[in-house]
Amino acid sequence: MATDRASAKLIKGATGDWEVIVGLEVHAQVTSRSKLFSAAATAFGAEPNSHVSLVDAAMPGMLPVINRECVAQAVRTGLGLKAQINRRSTFDRKNYFYPDLPQGYQISQYKSPIVGEGEIQVDLTPDHPITVGIERLHLEQDAGKSLHDQSPTMSFVDLNRSGVALMEIVSKPDMRSAEEAKAYVGKLRTLLRYIGSSDGDMEKGNLRADVNVSVRRPGEALGTRCEIKNVNSIRFIGQAIEVEARRQVALIEDGGAVEQETRLFDPARGETRSLRSKEEAHDYRYFPDPDLLPLELDVAFIDALAADLPELPDAKRARFIADYGLSPYDASILVAERETANFFEDTVNHGGARRDAKAVANWLMGDIAAQANAQGVAVADAGLSSASLAALVDLIGEGVISGKIAKDLLVRLFADDRGADPRVLVETYGLRQVTDTGAIDSAVDAVIAANPDKAEQAKTKPGMLGWFVGQVMKSTGGKANPQAVSDTLKKRLGV
Amino acid sequence: MSDLTSLTLAEARDRLKSRTISSAEITRAHLEAIERAKGLNAFIAVTADKALQMAEASDARLAKKGAGPLEGLPIGIKDLYATEGVHTQACSHILDGFKPVYESTVTGNLWRDGAVMLGKLNMDEFAMGSSNETSYYGPVASPWLPPNWSRDRARAATSSDKRGLLTPGGSSGGSASAVAARLCLAATASDTGGSIRQPAAFTGIVGIKPTYGRCSRYGMVAFASSLDQAGPLARTVRDAAIMLGSMAGPDPKDSTCSPSPVPDYEAAIGRSIKGMKIGVPKEYRLEGMSTEIDALWSRGAEWLRAAGASVVDVSLPHTPYALPAYYIVAPAEASSNLARYDGVRYGLREPGADILDLYEKTRARGFGPEVRRRLMIGTYVLSAGYYDAYYVRAQKIRTLIKRDFERVFADGVDAVLTPATPTAAFGIGEKGSDNPVEMYLNDIFTVTVNMAGLPGLVAPAGLSSEGLPLGLQLIGRPFDEETLFALGETIEQSAGRVTLPDPWWA
Repeated sequence: MATDRASAKLIKGATGDWEVIVGLEVHAQVTSRSKLFSAAATAFGAEPNSHVSLVDAAMPGMLPVINRECVAQAVRTGLGLKAQINRRSTFDRKNYFYPDLPQGYQISQYKSPIVGEGEIQVDLTPDHPITVGIERLHLEQDAGKSLHDQSPTMSFVDLNRSGVALMEIVSKPDMRSAEEAKAYVGKLRTLLRYIGSSDGDMEKGNLRADVNVSVRRPGEALGTRCEIKNVNSIRFIGQAIEVEARRQVALIEDGGAVEQETRLFDPARGETRSLRSKEEAHDYRYFPDPDLLPLELDVAFIDALAADLPELPDAKRARFIADYGLSPYDASILVAERETANFFEDTVNHGGARRDAKAVANWLMGDIAAQANAQGVAVADAGLSSASLAALVDLIGEGVISGKIAKDLLVRLFADDRGADPRVLVETYGLRQVTDTGAIDSAVDAVIAANPDKAEQAKTKPGMLGWFVGQVMKSTGGKANPQAVSDTLKKRLGV
Repeated sequence: MSDLTSLTLAEARDRLKSRTISSAEITRAHLEAIERAKGLNAFIAVTADKALQMAEASDARLAKKGAGPLEGLPIGIKDLYATEGVHTQACSHILDGFKPVYESTVTGNLWRDGAVMLGKLNMDEFAMGSSNETSYYGPVASPWLPPNWSRDRARAATSSDKRGLLTPGGSSGGSASAVAARLCLAATASDTGGSIRQPAAFTGIVGIKPTYGRCSRYGMVAFASSLDQAGPLARTVRDAAIMLGSMAGPDPKDSTCSPSPVPDYEAAIGRSIKGMKIGVPKEYRLEGMSTEIDALWSRGAEWLRAAGASVVDVSLPHTPYALPAYYIVAPAEASSNLARYDGVRYGLREPGADILDLYEKTRARGFGPEVRRRLMIGTYVLSAGYYDAYYVRAQKIRTLIKRDFERVFADGVDAVLTPATPTAAFGIGEKGSDNPVEMYLNDIFTVTVNMAGLPGLVAPAGLSSEGLPLGLQLIGRPFDEETLFALGETIEQSAGRVTLPDPWWA
């Protein structure tokens, strides 16, 4: 860790500065049609217990059979994390009793995970990416869901999720602030979505994190950590780290000691609470699952997956900077969602032409992002096609409409004229900008004639020109070509 | 007992094929025999209607073309196998009322080949036991009369607590008793540490535990997944070969099941054993073993030599560690496999104040003492701080045992010959009540085979001085069941067919 970065993130305590150390265990639901060890569907939102196979319900004599696609997804993710792919991995049983765990054990990879050490570049600011180490990635089964609010005397169980594949991605304790942890999860989520191995949908619980937090005096050995279980949004991850780090600092400064324990984050009260201490920790009695053979991958399988990987965010960002001349900042924002990046490229290259990339980027990050935000959808899903945006950019470039008119047109394209061809709309609404010099001349003359004093001032104060351009644009209903107006004004005013 | 129930499976098959008898007739004859043998307590659920329906369907197929290899042959199924819509409880109270909506692969294969199901057979609870005394449904009596017992005394004992009657062994006690008593032509069984082979030896019949992975475990109630294997009990080696041929085979629903095709096991019967090399391991010569067993073993080696095989002394040095290691590995796996019986989704549920109370009450009442003991042993050996000392070390021993055999086979040995059990059958209530290890010692010659994943066949080889059957065990190379069938039949022919007891129970 660079010391300058560390010092910038220190927490001020009553007795001095503290460094916060964060490591994350992210649980990402694997995108697959069926579960990790059964053929039951993984679809979200179905009637309770409608996606439950005999294996998921742990009927006597049922056996798990590994889902090849889930394995492929884990390998793809490992490749995306530039990680060691383990040709041989094994599955273990983690034993504990709970009603939403029908087998009485979770099948996980404890000793030998499918993916070993890797790393991920996290763009905390576009100019200063940090590298977070990946400790391991392993496959495991999700549990079902206990429903405690359906009956006053009983709990109900929904096993739809039981057996769905999860990837647990364990980072090294390489993060030094809530901001870094949030950026890490954001980047990891982007990567998973690019690869297609998880939709990273935190609202559906498809991505959640166990957050390990400890504090120490800068330069000293690592402190005792607490694990905050099952935090389900990036914002909450940040909040949980901040309150937990402050709690630990206050505790130590008051002469106490942090005890290793599992805690819960309560967003409503903005605090973490003890769930169970180290002494109360379960003895999971891990042992190799005798129903499953070791998972052995051949090189050809891994190579084929590597060959089919899409362009990943870091590579795409570098290419956008190199090929389209985008700033690192713009490139980072555009590549955060694969669909947005594709939208950008489709627009720039629409119809085989090459458009002004910076202009397209500005539209996407500005007005279109705002529209998408207002709708609560991704940029690519906001209802505008790349063809429409390309047309809009072309209309400005051709001088047919001004930027101002284009913005108005965009509002229409998101409202009543959804799906319409911008070129047709320009004609329908008569938005074509006036380039006819005669019309501009008379509009300019009229404004000068109406403001003789200001015309006189303008001769000595060139700054007045802007005011005149505004007046002429206003009188032409914005349709005059601003450049032509400016040129004519300069001539008539003699500036 | 009618002539029809005395037929071997192969004989019955041939008569059905030539249509000198019908499946309905032979099925009815067995149902009647079962009815008369209630005192043995071998069957815990009789599916008479289903059996007769299956028999009729078989007769229809026998009349046309397209009859399967087991068409119309009535057999019994160990309660360990999931049979759709039929009692499947592994003879445990905790699975009360459980009738699966699915069929095990092994039984599915048997029905595919035309076999007729007579019902479900008694067994030790979750296959944990060596005398069929841990069954929730009570002990099974062997059809063999205890030495010096009169038929009347024995018959009287069947209707009381059965104490003093002989056990058929376990855990496949119901299967062994039913086959020996001619209540079915053959039966499915399962073997985790000797549960096919020891009952075969005790009841004078043939049993084979095939190579681990030869039969699918899908739909078999799991005891110890890395050791459990399905196999048949039958009255002749040929019958066992025919049964295994149908039971075995690849199954994508079991990751540990071998994809290799099943050879024609019956074709191995009668194959010459000339030139084969038979290993006799010195470590199986236990201190204090009866001279009777020793003599039987030597006689077995003589028979094989007489048939053209050579017999050599071999060493399997890690044999003494097999039993203790087995009693770590098997309970460890069982403690996890049986966690699913929690009263939440099926079977017995004892209401509790909260979920923990429900678990505790259900499992305390649902599992018998032997199962509870093993679950506690298994939980203990997997616990933090004990795992390395027990489980890891037991797995190392397991590897060494496997290597012992590999070395012997690499030296050109085709099969290893050992006694099947240290003694002949003992009485119900006689063993293990004070010291469970006394019961565990029954498996001393058989557990090594499960630990090494090898095939093991037991064939009757003679009678004890008290007139009780004794068996010899043949251990083969992985997936070389054919050699065992060829050798087993040689022993069977040399020893002369065991005369099974007349039905005193009827």
